[in-house]
Amino acid sequence: MNVPARLRLERISKAFGATQALRSVSLAVAAGEVHALIGENGAGKSTLLKILSGAHEADAGAMELEGRPYRPSGPLDARRRGVAMIYQEVSLAPHLSVRENILLGLESSTLGWIDEQESRRRAGDALAALGYGHFPLERPAGEFSIAEQQVIEIARALLTQPRILIMDEPTSSLTQSDTEKLFEVIGRLRAQGVSIIYVSHFLEECRRACDRYTVLKDGEAVGAGEMRDAGMDRLIALMTGRPVADLYHRTPRRLGSVVLEARALACPPRLKAASLRVREGEILGLAGLVGAGRTDLVRTIFGLDAAAGGEVAVFGRLAGRGTPHRRWNEGVGFLSENRKEEGLMLNQSVQDNITLTKLEAFGRLGWIRDSRQAAAARRWTGELAVKCRDVGQAVGELSGGNQQRIAFARLLEHRARILLLDEPTRGIDVGSKAEIYEIIGSLAAAGKSVVLVSSYLPELLGLCDTIGVMRRGELVAVRPRGEWSEHELLRAAVGDE
Amino acid sequence: MIPTLRRILGKTGPFIGLALVIVLFAIPQETRVHFLSYHNVKIILTQTVIVSIGALGMTLIIVSGAIDLSVGSTVALTGVIAALLIQRGWGAAAAAAAAIGVGGLVGLLNGSAVAWLRMPSFIITLGMLGIGRGMAKWLADNQTVSYDASPINGWMTTADPAGRALPAGVWVALALAVATSLLLRKTVFGRHVFALGSNEAAARLCGVPTARLKVVIFALAGCFFGLSGVFQLSRLRLGDPTVAVGLELDVIAAVIIGGASLNGGTGTVLGSVIGALIMSVLRNGSQQMGWPNYFQEIIIGLVIIVAVFLDRFRRGGKA
Repeated sequence: MNVPARLRLERISKAFGATQALRSVSLAVAAGEVHALIGENGAGKSTLLKILSGAHEADAGAMELEGRPYRPSGPLDARRRGVAMIYQEVSLAPHLSVRENILLGLESSTLGWIDEQESRRRAGDALAALGYGHFPLERPAGEFSIAEQQVIEIARALLTQPRILIMDEPTSSLTQSDTEKLFEVIGRLRAQGVSIIYVSHFLEECRRACDRYTVLKDGEAVGAGEMRDAGMDRLIALMTGRPVADLYHRTPRRLGSVVLEARALACPPRLKAASLRVREGEILGLAGLVGAGRTDLVRTIFGLDAAAGGEVAVFGRLAGRGTPHRRWNEGVGFLSENRKEEGLMLNQSVQDNITLTKLEAFGRLGWIRDSRQAAAARRWTGELAVKCRDVGQAVGELSGGNQQRIAFARLLEHRARILLLDEPTRGIDVGSKAEIYEIIGSLAAAGKSVVLVSSYLPELLGLCDTIGVMRRGELVAVRPRGEWSEHELLRAAVGDE
Repeated sequence: MIPTLRRILGKTGPFIGLALVIVLFAIPQETRVHFLSYHNVKIILTQTVIVSIGALGMTLIIVSGAIDLSVGSTVALTGVIAALLIQRGWGAAAAAAAAIGVGGLVGLLNGSAVAWLRMPSFIITLGMLGIGRGMAKWLADNQTVSYDASPINGWMTTADPAGRALPAGVWVALALAVATSLLLRKTVFGRHVFALGSNEAAARLCGVPTARLKVVIFALAGCFFGLSGVFQLSRLRLGDPTVAVGLELDVIAAVIIGGASLNGGTGTVLGSVIGALIMSVLRNGSQQMGWPNYFQEIIIGLVIIVAVFLDRFRRGGKA
C-alpha cells in the first residue's frame, strides 16, 4: 500500500448500538482511479459512504485526503474539501431549469440578484466537461429522462471541483444504453483526474467501469485488488462467502398446454401489436431495449394499462377487457418493476402487503380474522427467510431484498398460476437474487408459468426455457433458450439482422 | 431513551393530550368544581357530537389519502333540508334519514368526480363547498327555516341539570365510533381504504377496485356529514343555511390531532374522536376561565401544530 493515494482510509470502525456496521476497514484510492465498492445489502457500504461524505463520524480509524487528515464535520464540509456524492435516487427540483438545478445553493449572484450570464457559463462548462455541452440550459429538469437527470446531478457535483466523486448505485434505474453513456462520462472524469468510488450491485458493470475493487462483507473488507485480475466467480464468492456453485438453479420442467395467450395486443404509444403464448410450467423470458414495450406488454395483459386492440386468453378462455381484479381471480399475478411506487405499500404492514389480493379468504362476509391473516403472512416470511421483526412491521423499514421477497410472497400466497414478473431482481443484493432465482425455478417445476421481463441477459439465459425479444412494440423473435446467446439477443433487440 | 419515548407516545399520544388539557383546567380553584361536574362533562360530550361524527367520515377520507372541504356546507344543506321537511310535517326520524341520504348523495357526487374525472379531492370538494352552501341558501330562501316543536330538538339537549341521561346524540356518536373503528380495522373494506391511502398504484395492482372504493368512501363519509347536519339542526332548533362555516377545518383538525397523516395510510377512529374531544375541552375550559374567544382560537391553533409535531417525532421524523 505504498502507492501515493488520494484518499486513504485506515482501520475505520463504526458501531450503531450493538451492531458493528464497520470493522477496521482500510481502503486506498489513487488519483484518477475508479474504485468499485462491492457488497451485499447490509455489508456496510452505506455506512462507509456516510462516513466518507461526512454524514456519520467513524468510531475509530483515520482518513487522509491528499496526504492530509480528513475528518469532515458534515456533508457540506466534505463537499468543500472535495468529496462529492451522487445518490442513488435522482434528487432534482423538476420544475426548475437545468441551469438552476446545477447551480442550486451555489448561485452566482451580486447582492442576491442572480448573475444570468455567469450562471449560464458555469452550468454550461460543467455539462461540457461531461460531454453534454449541447443540453438546453433553460428547460425544466423534469422534462429530461432519468439518465439525463443523472448527468445534470453529476454536473452539479462537478461545480465544487471534487477530488473524489462517490456514486451510489448510479445505474440502478438506467437502461443499458444509458449505462453505456454513463460509462463514457466516468471515462471523461477519470481522464480529468477525478477519483471515483463506484458502488453497485451489478458486478458486470463494476468489472467494466472500475480499475480496482474492495469487497465488503459483514462490515469487513474481505478482499481488494485489481479488477482485471478478478473473475466474476471470485467476486461473487467474496460477497456471499460461498462459492458460486450454480446461481441459476435449473429445475426439471415439463411443459404442458398453453395457459396464457396474447394476440396482437396493442397499447399505444409503445405496444404496437405483440403476440405471445406461454405454456404450463414454462418460463418465458422477454428481452429487449427499454422502451421496446416489454413492460407495456405484461401490464396490458394484466389489465393495468387498457388495451387498445388485440385479445388475451387465460387458460384458453378469452379474457375480454382485463382489470387487475379480474386477473387475480383468474390466477394471474403481477410483480411490478417499480417496487416502491407501485409494488408495495411501504407504510403498511408486511402482513397486509402479502395478503392484500385475497383478504376475503381470511374471514366471512367481509370481516378479517387477524390471527389467520398473520399466520398466512408468517408462513411466507419464514419460508422466504425475510428479515423482519414481525409481520406487523411496516414494509418500508425492510431492506430492498427483503421488500422484494414480500412482493413475491404476495404471488405465492395468492397461489397465482401464471406469474408476470417485471424486472424481479432489480436493485437487490446478490444473495436475494439467488433466492429469487430459486423461487422462480421451483415455481416452474411445480407447473406454474412465468413471464420474466429482464434487462439482465445472463439472468434470462440462465432461467428461461424460451426467450422472446421485443423490438418497437412487437415480439419479433421467440426461440428456445438454447438457440440464443447474449450477443444474438442484443442483435435482435437493436434490430440488426 | 428516545425510542422508548416514541413507543409510549405512539400508543398513548392523543390520550396524553386529552389528559393534559383536562388537568390544565382542573388545576385552578375557581373553575375546578364546575369544570369537573357531571353536568359539564355532559355538555362537553354533547358539544363534541357534531365534530366527532364528522371526524368519523373524515377519518375514512383522510386514511384513503383524500380530503373533504365541503363538510360545513353539507352540514348546513342537510340541516336546512331536514328543517324544511319537518316544516312540511315530516316526522323527526324520516327527516333525519332524508338528511343523511342527501349527505350521502353529496358525498357520492364528490367521490364520483374524484374517481371518474380523476381530479384531486381538494379541488372537487372546494367546489362542493361553494355549491353546497349556495344550495342551502337557495332552498332556505336565504333565511333561517323555523318549524313548530319536533322531537328532533330533544336529541342534543342538556337542559335538565339534574338529569343523569346523556342526550341521544352522544350515544349515536359513540355507537358509530365503535362501528367505524371495526369497519376500518377488521374488514376487507377497511384494509382496502388503508391500501388506497398508502399507495394507490399498489392497491390497483393488487386488484383493489380503486375508483369504486373512492366513491363508496366519499358517499359513506357524506352520510356521516348528513348526520352531523341533523344534530346541528337539533342543537339550533332551526335550519340555518349560514351555520357551520369552517366546520371542515375543525373536523380535519380532530383527525390530524388524532394521529392521521394527510398523506394517507395512517389514522385511527379512536384518535380522531379524542382529537375532537381535546378541542371541545379546550373550548369549554377556556369559556369557564373567562378567556376571550380569540384566545381559544390561538390555543387550538397551537394544539394542532404541537400535535402534528409530536406525531412526526414519534414516527422518527417522517411525516
